[in-house]
Amino acid sequence: MTSPIVELDGVARSFGAVQALAGVDLAVDAGTCLGLVGHNGAGKSTLMQVLAGTLAPDRGRIGVAGEDLTRGYDVVTAQRHGIRCVFQELSLCPNLTVAENARVLHPSIRGRAWRRRAGELVGAVLDQIFPRHGIAADAVVGDLSIARRQMVEIARAFSVTDVPVRLVILDEPTSSLDALVAEQLLAFVRRFVAEGGSTILISHLLGEILETADRVVVMRDGLVVESRPAGDFSRESLVAAMGSVAEAASDRAAGFVSRRQGEPACRARPVGQGAGEGPELLAHPGEVVGLAGLAGHGQTDMLVALFEELGPRRSALVAGDRQTDGIFPLWSIAANISVGSLRDMVRGLLIERGAETELADEWRRRIGIRTPDMKDNILSLSGGNQQKALFARALGSTARIVLMDDPMRGVDVGTKQEVYAIIRAEAAKGRTFVWYTTEMDELAHCDHVYVFRDGRITAELAADALTEEKVLHASFADEAA
Amino acid sequence: MSAARNPLARPLARLLEKPWLWAFVGATLVWLATIPFTPGRGAGDVLTAAFTFATFFVIVGIGQMFVITLGPGNVDLSIPATITLAGSVATKLMDGQDALIALGFVAALGCGLAVGAVNYALIRALRIPPIIATLSSSFLIQSTAIAYGRGLRIKPPPMLAEFTTARIFGMPVLAICVILLAAVMAVVLERTIYGRSVIAIGQNQRAARLAGIAVDRTRLATYVMSALFASLCGYLLAAFSGGASLNMGEEYLLASIAVVVIGGTSVAGGFANLPGLWGAALFLFLIVTMLNTYGLGAGIRYVLTGLIIIAVITAAGGRKPLR
Amino acid sequence: MTRVLLAPRTLRAILPAVSLALLLAAIFWLQPRTMSYTGLNLMLNLAIPIALATIAQMFVLCVNELDLSIGAYVGYVACVTATWLVDNPPLGIAALLAGILVYAGLGALIHLRNLPSIVVTLGMSFVWLGVAVLILPRPGGTSPEWIRWLMKLHTPVVPFPIIAATVIAVVVHVALMRTAYGSILRGAGGNPRAIDRAGWSLLKIKVVMFALAGLFGMLAGMALIGLTTSGDANIAARYTLLSIAGAILGGCEFVGGRVSPAGAVIGAITLTLAGSFLSFLRISPDWQIGATGAILILVLALRALINRAEERR
Repeated sequence: MTSPIVELDGVARSFGAVQALAGVDLAVDAGTCLGLVGHNGAGKSTLMQVLAGTLAPDRGRIGVAGEDLTRGYDVVTAQRHGIRCVFQELSLCPNLTVAENARVLHPSIRGRAWRRRAGELVGAVLDQIFPRHGIAADAVVGDLSIARRQMVEIARAFSVTDVPVRLVILDEPTSSLDALVAEQLLAFVRRFVAEGGSTILISHLLGEILETADRVVVMRDGLVVESRPAGDFSRESLVAAMGSVAEAASDRAAGFVSRRQGEPACRARPVGQGAGEGPELLAHPGEVVGLAGLAGHGQTDMLVALFEELGPRRSALVAGDRQTDGIFPLWSIAANISVGSLRDMVRGLLIERGAETELADEWRRRIGIRTPDMKDNILSLSGGNQQKALFARALGSTARIVLMDDPMRGVDVGTKQEVYAIIRAEAAKGRTFVWYTTEMDELAHCDHVYVFRDGRITAELAADALTEEKVLHASFADEAA
Repeated sequence: MSAARNPLARPLARLLEKPWLWAFVGATLVWLATIPFTPGRGAGDVLTAAFTFATFFVIVGIGQMFVITLGPGNVDLSIPATITLAGSVATKLMDGQDALIALGFVAALGCGLAVGAVNYALIRALRIPPIIATLSSSFLIQSTAIAYGRGLRIKPPPMLAEFTTARIFGMPVLAICVILLAAVMAVVLERTIYGRSVIAIGQNQRAARLAGIAVDRTRLATYVMSALFASLCGYLLAAFSGGASLNMGEEYLLASIAVVVIGGTSVAGGFANLPGLWGAALFLFLIVTMLNTYGLGAGIRYVLTGLIIIAVITAAGGRKPLR
Repeated sequence: MTRVLLAPRTLRAILPAVSLALLLAAIFWLQPRTMSYTGLNLMLNLAIPIALATIAQMFVLCVNELDLSIGAYVGYVACVTATWLVDNPPLGIAALLAGILVYAGLGALIHLRNLPSIVVTLGMSFVWLGVAVLILPRPGGTSPEWIRWLMKLHTPVVPFPIIAATVIAVVVHVALMRTAYGSILRGAGGNPRAIDRAGWSLLKIKVVMFALAGLFGMLAGMALIGLTTSGDANIAARYTLLSIAGAILGGCEFVGGRVSPAGAVIGAITLTLAGSFLSFLRISPDWQIGATGAILILVLALRALINRAEERR
């Protein structure tokens, strides 16, 4: 154990106004399993992408086995130095067989009987990790269940041809595996580590982390805030380390008045949750309802399902993933706003130009979109102002229920404060907000919070009962459900 | 910069940004290059002929443009077959009688309506890309047209034929009508909910759905409209060329796509413009005229047409990596 | 066993073969004389160039593109083969190789500029047609002796078209489905990002696939001239549509790199036989194209049904 396998020094990376990594130091020793935990936006995934070579850092140093590789570090370099990554999104070719997918990662398998050799290679690792896995080497990946695909992906990452595998990054590897198979994987990780390999394990199952990892690193706001042997942590102390301790108690709790009376404006259950199971989501007129939990645990699906059920007349959606879900990149700012209210602007058969400009100008004033001309292209705006335009689209419509899909991603603090104030003002006028957010601070603006985990609602908290710790507890499970 | 000082600079810059400009510039240049070599026929005659033939390109181009604007993968390959079918059905029904002109018109549009509905039904029900759906249906339509129209030697009603070839001050009446049609469609594109929906879907279908746009209804309407314009073209073309023929739609597959691409509409979807269709249609026809007057054969003509399309699409760039 | 047989994957895989078998059975029943050496030879002769063109289309489909110029390109090759390859073999060979090079260049252009392949290949279809017209303004020319000899080969017991079709299917199957690099080529259709991340060049893959399409298009044109013995620029105009239809009948998907060389050959043969079948039924040849469309829609509908059943599981 002389020099660490991988060493990161002061690695930083920003996306627009948001600093995802603010100078991270991280060292992984040979023969250890490093557990990495942190709440949404802490920077875990960005850090792993940097390590895997799929994302270049803005500054900082990357060293592998004592060698400085910062310059031109990419996927191929990472592979060549024995660093493998199992991403949450699968990187197998669904139209190829298991053996062929193994070959994609191992160009050295060629010539006679390559299929047999590739099959045996991945098959042997599968046998080692998941005994009785029942996956044939000639099975087409697209025909396998999600769990089995995940197993193939993991086995492929551990397979060795010409370069020894030094470090395997596992990003939520057990999310689609059942408890027994997850247990097999973690046992294998221990054996792999005992033989001198290293792994980085990211998981929302804290029990998994505490049992498997040698060291646990806690990230918050793009920084490593704790790094200690796993034995020093308990579940409670981990949760506490992830939260921002200095945060004062929510000021809304004091003067909180519940609006839960009369008929709710809408009610729904997550798609994966049966009729009798767990709490139902309710939103009353004038209420701001928060959806919390780790990213990707069913909140967005819920919002989209709600939007489809309510229809565009009663509800409007504010997209968070601006590029894929929100912006019309060829249009002006004004057109991007008015698209949500076209129905109300038609006189006769035609859209009234005046009404369009009027709406755009009104919201430019109310929400403070900083631009010389609302006829400029939407992409001429900064990310925060683009997001304001999307807010204006929803708020400017006549919809009484506004659904928000983590809309503050990549938005600067000033803009956030402005938008919070508008949301509160609109709610006071009787509008209902259903707000999925990955930021703990924003939950303080909600009257009622539902915490999601694995596609279900696991906790329901009124504003006066809301604490960060309760949300984290409900977001991170002890063991696989 | 200089825009502040020179009051003309900004409008000029705006004009230069117009994507349809280049098609008209190209058409004018080609026209100028042609007229010195047209002994006997004046420059005006060349223009008249260009407007006459460009009219038919524009009619199908409008439909194809709306379809292409719906975004990547959207294209209507059944246009040629629809032209042939509508032309044959209308000619046969009218039977050369002026009294039946309206009936033929309705029948032609009926063909278009049916084709468009079938196309979209295939896209939705079989969940196949529009290219394959319209290709499959075009086989069926083509056969129906051939079987129905075989041995067809019927002349179009004289009044209708006269209308399609009539001129006012050397300008074909039909071209004037289609210029008006293009203007109306430009308003539809920019100022109606339908037009806005088409452009929004073409830019980002998921965002359009989440913004509350009726995606399915809009796509259905667009495929029906494309087929309607194709059938209108078939109806008029049959009247113009003295009767329907089995290969009358042939050249319109490439032409419909070419006028859209050359006219400055984005093949990646989400951006369309109608004036460009006219510019491109005139340009395409004048190129052929120019090469003819230079005495060049069909071979060179084909090669140049193909190369121009590839050059335009290469210069314009393709699907921007948005997602 | 029945579960394996009824698995959607198996159903999809055997669908092309089953449709061909049914069609053949119907033809034999209608016209027993076709069940002979000469009968099969006559019916299947023209399937060879179509099968080769279908294979060419399949290579392009495999990387999620579409080639609308294959028919015109086969026409170009036919014209070169019927003229230059006979009169001036070096020039002919150069012209044929140039065709493959142009295809490779198109692959690079489409990849680098991120262009829609339909528009580019539609433009190319005019270029090929134009060059073909320039080479051979009116139908004519003659077939090189050796090609005619090959295409009219009188093989013992099994007719030549069947042997040729089998050879084509086996060779392409081995190259694309069984070799190590073949799996990378197909993987690029299934998940380009994954292939890119693993360090393979997507540009090279596109170039290779388009060049292969050019190669097989060339073989199709030469085989066609061996059968018809004279060339014409428009000789293969229908091949564009036939090749797409054949590939899809044969189980190739439009996106996702799922292709099947054997299926493509079977699809091409099915389409060729559908023509004979209709004429045995005394249905007017007017309906031949329509029958292609009907078969295509039918097969796509069946596939949609199977897929839907799969989702429900």
